[in-house]
Amino acid sequence: MRKYLIWSIALLLFFLLLGTFLVWSEREGTRFPFSFGLDLVGGTELVYRADTSRIEDVDSAMATLKEVIERRINIFGVSEPLVQTESAGLISGNRDERLIVGLPGITDIDQAVELIGQTPVLEFRLARPDAEEILKTNPNASPDELFITTGLSGRYLSRARVEFNPTTGAAVIGLEFNKDGGELFAQVTREHKGEILAILLDGAILSTPVIVDEISNGKAQITGSFTPEEAKNLVRNLNYGALPVPITLATSQTMGATLGEIALNSGVRAGLVGLVVLSLFLIFWYRLPGLVSVVALSFYIILSLVIFKLIPVTLSAAGLAGFILSIGMAVDANVLIFERMKEELKKNKSISEALHEGFSRAWLSIRDSNISSIITAIVLFWLGTSAVKGFALTLGIGVIVSMFTAITVSRTFLFVIVPTTETRVKRFLFSNGFHPVKRDYIK
Amino acid sequence: MFVIRYRKIFFIFSGILLVLSVGTMFIYGFNTSIDFNGGTLTEVKFAERPGQAEIEQNITSLNLGGFSVRPSGVSNYAIRTRELTADERRILSEALGNPVVERQNTIGPIAGTELRSKAIKAVTVVILMILLFITFAFRKVSEPVSSWKYGLATILALAHDVILPTGIFVVLGYFWGVEIDLLFVTGLLAILGYSVHDTIVVFDRVRENLRVNKETNTREDFEVTVGKSITQTIGRSINTSLTIFITLLALYLVGSTATKDFALLLIVGIIAGTYSSIFLASPLLVTFYKMQRK
Repeated sequence: MRKYLIWSIALLLFFLLLGTFLVWSEREGTRFPFSFGLDLVGGTELVYRADTSRIEDVDSAMATLKEVIERRINIFGVSEPLVQTESAGLISGNRDERLIVGLPGITDIDQAVELIGQTPVLEFRLARPDAEEILKTNPNASPDELFITTGLSGRYLSRARVEFNPTTGAAVIGLEFNKDGGELFAQVTREHKGEILAILLDGAILSTPVIVDEISNGKAQITGSFTPEEAKNLVRNLNYGALPVPITLATSQTMGATLGEIALNSGVRAGLVGLVVLSLFLIFWYRLPGLVSVVALSFYIILSLVIFKLIPVTLSAAGLAGFILSIGMAVDANVLIFERMKEELKKNKSISEALHEGFSRAWLSIRDSNISSIITAIVLFWLGTSAVKGFALTLGIGVIVSMFTAITVSRTFLFVIVPTTETRVKRFLFSNGFHPVKRDYIK
Repeated sequence: MFVIRYRKIFFIFSGILLVLSVGTMFIYGFNTSIDFNGGTLTEVKFAERPGQAEIEQNITSLNLGGFSVRPSGVSNYAIRTRELTADERRILSEALGNPVVERQNTIGPIAGTELRSKAIKAVTVVILMILLFITFAFRKVSEPVSSWKYGLATILALAHDVILPTGIFVVLGYFWGVEIDLLFVTGLLAILGYSVHDTIVVFDRVRENLRVNKETNTREDFEVTVGKSITQTIGRSINTSLTIFITLLALYLVGSTATKDFALLLIVGIIAGTYSSIFLASPLLVTFYKMQRK
């Protein structure tokens, strides 16, 4: 009893602290804001599919892709853009690499697509030994059929600039590789002397120089028939970052800010209404334990919200729905425990005994049923586009957090208030439903 | 226990509902959204919303192929078309009198097909995992019904809980344009997870009663044990569902329009799930027991 009292006070203080953090972290310029999905704040989400079929080190290529796009978006001054890469298809084997770009506040898809679409893909590829024969039989052969990849691409570029050929005066583009790129370039040029090393931009051949000798200084030049203007644009785009892999737009979503705000407000309102009605039900049906479960439920909400802030979990409309659903599920464990208590009370056990039995006997069914929910949440997370992932995450976090609050928190508080003597009133307060309190409760 | 005694009646009742649900799927087909088909969904807001026929007429004149128009909220229309290019999006907006475009989603055909196969896979994986889990959780209870039959009864109840809401949504889709989208699949999976919840509560009690009987050397018909378990747990089955029902109803009535259909789906699913764990899963255990005795 004393032990539980100390624990209760500790829990109360802990949640007071969490609650204060919640309020504190809502102020202006906070480091821990709620992160809301674009469907709630308005904005554009673009999902690109990356073609990684010719890339060996997919993970690092995707990391570079992310950096490049981020840099590019930042140039255009979008506030708090979100760029993520995602690898799907764990089970099917063929990996599907995606790039997700979230642009809050931008509701013009065309503008957004253009913003990213200008990012060039620069590649260096070697001609196949039989390229000429292929070209003879099929003059329209695509670059893919004629050239093989070297792994050398725009991601190794450290800088590009416009230069002019001293003899002809034509504009050429000078490229400078970073350290890794320089080494790779040296290796390729050393091992393939006399072969054609084509330079491709966005899948089209820019120029097809022949490797004369090993180039070890990490510098290359693209000669082509550029006008000075074209060369300047290309250099600018290359310097913003060239894409390591080609990407195509798979899906795009735009949500107006007002529609998002309405969705957010009505979601929050639904949560509050649900919470109030649920609390009333619990208190009327389960009386004193019901009141304790309402306290546990508010702890559940505080703890979940803090976790949402800290991870951070992006709350979409679906995620919000998942959280509201989880409020209803969070009290499940309490309902199971209290019903079990009622049974034990009916067997004329003392309140304290019934309480202990209720918790220990209901545990198995709580554990098993929650594991099935966790399984579902994991699979949902795997299925995941961003909206579904949000739902799965809030549901999964909800199940785990609620096991703590509904069992540990409510047990601690109940054991503090459990009476040592029995009276009719006390027994009534710990019973539930419509069953009458039996008179012969004192053994 | 009347549930066990009249189990055939409940089986027939559920059977009829299931046949009707599957029937609607074949007759009406699924009204799948652009999530699975690919295409463009445009939600436009009008200061003064014109009639649906007028909107439809305007879009028909653009020759964009098949499309559908569905009112949304009080001032919006959601228009579903094939995947539109930037130019086509502009033309569409002009044809509608340049309303405010509140929401526009475009999903490429490959992304759609992929999602479809992924959704089917996810549902299958969840069902298999649950079957395995139940078999594992009830591994110590092999008398008088072996543990995998608990799993089988759960899965049959699950199938019921998923097919029934789907049937209802097929009807809603045919008559009111409600779409089967990614959120729908998410909802189905959530129903799967929840419905097991309920079934486990009853099965857990069967497990406990069997153990108590063994310890006290009580001989009791399996039928009676299951019946007793249902009686003992029916209150909490209903109450745990009720708590969720309360929050879902709030979500349906005051929640955002984006999750209205989702909330409705879950409400139907929770009701079906509660029903099936009491009237289907547990009586099925008895039926399995009788079958193996023959």
